Amino acid sequence: MSPSPRIILDGKQLGIIIQRLCHQLIETHDHFHSSVIIGLQPRGVFLARRIHHQLCEITGNKDIAYGDLDVTFYRDDFRRKDLVPNKTNINFIIEDKKVVLIDDVLFTGRTIRAGLDAMMAFGRPADVELLVLIDRRYSRNVPIQAKYIGKTIDSVSSEKVKVDWTETDGEDKVWILTTEKNEDTQK
Amino acid sequence: MTRLSTKHLLGIKQMTKEDIELIFATADNFKQVINRPIKKVPSLRDITIANLFFENSTRTKLSFEIAEKRLSADVINFSASGSSVKKGETLIDTVNNILAMKVDMVVMRHANPGAALFLSKHVDAKIINAGDGAHEHPTQALLDAFSIREKLGEVKGKKVAIIGDILHSRVAISNIFCLQKLGAEVMVCGPRTLMPKYIGGLGVKVEYDLQKALEWCDAVNMLRIQLERQSIKYFPSLREYSMQYGLDKKRLDSLGKKIVVMHPGPINRGVEITSDVADSEQSVILDQVENGVAIRMAVLYLLAGRVDN
Repeated sequence: MSPSPRIILDGKQLGIIIQRLCHQLIETHDHFHSSVIIGLQPRGVFLARRIHHQLCEITGNKDIAYGDLDVTFYRDDFRRKDLVPNKTNINFIIEDKKVVLIDDVLFTGRTIRAGLDAMMAFGRPADVELLVLIDRRYSRNVPIQAKYIGKTIDSVSSEKVKVDWTETDGEDKVWILTTEKNEDTQK
Repeated sequence: MTRLSTKHLLGIKQMTKEDIELIFATADNFKQVINRPIKKVPSLRDITIANLFFENSTRTKLSFEIAEKRLSADVINFSASGSSVKKGETLIDTVNNILAMKVDMVVMRHANPGAALFLSKHVDAKIINAGDGAHEHPTQALLDAFSIREKLGEVKGKKVAIIGDILHSRVAISNIFCLQKLGAEVMVCGPRTLMPKYIGGLGVKVEYDLQKALEWCDAVNMLRIQLERQSIKYFPSLREYSMQYGLDKKRLDSLGKKIVVMHPGPINRGVEITSDVADSEQSVILDQVENGVAIRMAVLYLLAGRVDN
C-alpha cells in the first residue's frame, strides 16, 4: 500500500551538508571562544557531535564547549503520550554565551520550544541560534525558525522523515517514509 | 517500558521488577536535575498534590514536599494534629473533603496498615503510600535499593542484612520485597522478640547474631528502634540492645571488608548505630536522603498519569 521509503540524502550528500553548516557557523562564531554547542536528545546529539568534532578540527580550537540536552521534563505533551527521558550532560554554564542549539529535524517546533525552556536551567544565554539538518516547513505549530538549515523539504504530515547515523543505524542517510498509524517518534 | 503497571503506589508487593527499574532510570535523571544550579522542572505544573500525614513525619514529609515543588506541582499539606480528625471525622470524609478542592494526587501516611489501599478503592485520585502502620513504606525501600545500586553498581546478587526491630518495621517489609524483586539476597537479624512470626514465609535468612550477619552481607540497613510502637517491653534495656545489636566502629572495622552502612532515619545515635559509624565514609545515610528526593520525583512523575484517562 504505502510507497517504499525513499532516500533524500545519502551519506556523501550528508557529509557535504555538515561541512557547509560548519563553515556557516564559523562565519558567525569565529573561534567559538564565547559560543557553545548544545545537541538535543535523543536524535539531535549525533548531528551535534559531528558538527562539534568538525568545528574543533577546522578552527583548531579543541575546547569548544559541547553538551547534550534532554527536554523531556519541559515538553508540553507530558501526560499525553509516553515519554522516556534521556541524559542531560552539560557541565558548563551558558550565562552570556552564544548558544547554537542543534536538532536533526525541525517539524512542529515544539521540541525546540521545550529546549529553549530546558536550556534556561543552565543560565541566561546572550544569544540562541537554531541549526537543523532537515527543515520540514509548512508543519510548524509554534513560531520557531532555524537560522542554519541543512535541507528544506516539503512533506505532508502522514510522512515521516528519519535521519540515520552510522553510530546507531549502520550508515548515514535521510529518508522519508509514510506512516500508517504507528506514531513512534516524539516529533 | 515507559509506564508503570500500577495506578497507585500502595506497596512494593504489587509492583514488578520492571516498574522498579523504570523508577530507578527516571530517578537517575531527576538526581541530575536536583544537582543543577536551577533544580526545578515544569513537568507537573498542572497537578495539585495533597500531603496527608495522619502520623508524625519530618523527613518523608519534607522529602515529598521538596520533590513535588521541584516538579512545579501545587502542594497542600495536612497533618492530623490541629485538624478535624481530632473532632471525629472519618478518613474517607477527610479525604473526600480535600479532593472536593480538586486534588489530583494524594501522598498519605497513616497509622493503620492498609489505609492507602482502602483510600485507593474509595476516592478518585492517585494514591502514594508514605507509610501505613507496620505494613509498607514503598518509597523508602525504593530509595534504599537505589542507594545500594548507586554504591555497589547493582542490586542483583548482593547480600543485604536488615538489622533491628523487624516486627514493627514497614521499612523492613518493603525492603525485603524490593530487594528480592531485584534479585538480592536478604537476611534479617534482631532479637527473637522483635522477629515477626511470619518471617519464615518471606524467603529471607534469619539470624540472631549481629556479627554473623555483618560478616555475611555487602550492605547493612540498621533500623531504628521504634519505641513509640512498642506497647510492651521487647528487650530489657536500650543499653543491652545496643550492646548486642548496635553497630559501632570497632565491630565495623573488624570485618575485613568495607560494607555499605544504611539507616532510614531518624537515627538514635548510640542505640542502633554509634556516631562515628553514622558519620564514617562507609555510611550512605545522607546519600539516602538525597536519593529520596530523586526517587519521589520519579514516582510522582510516573504516576501523574495521562490527561485523557
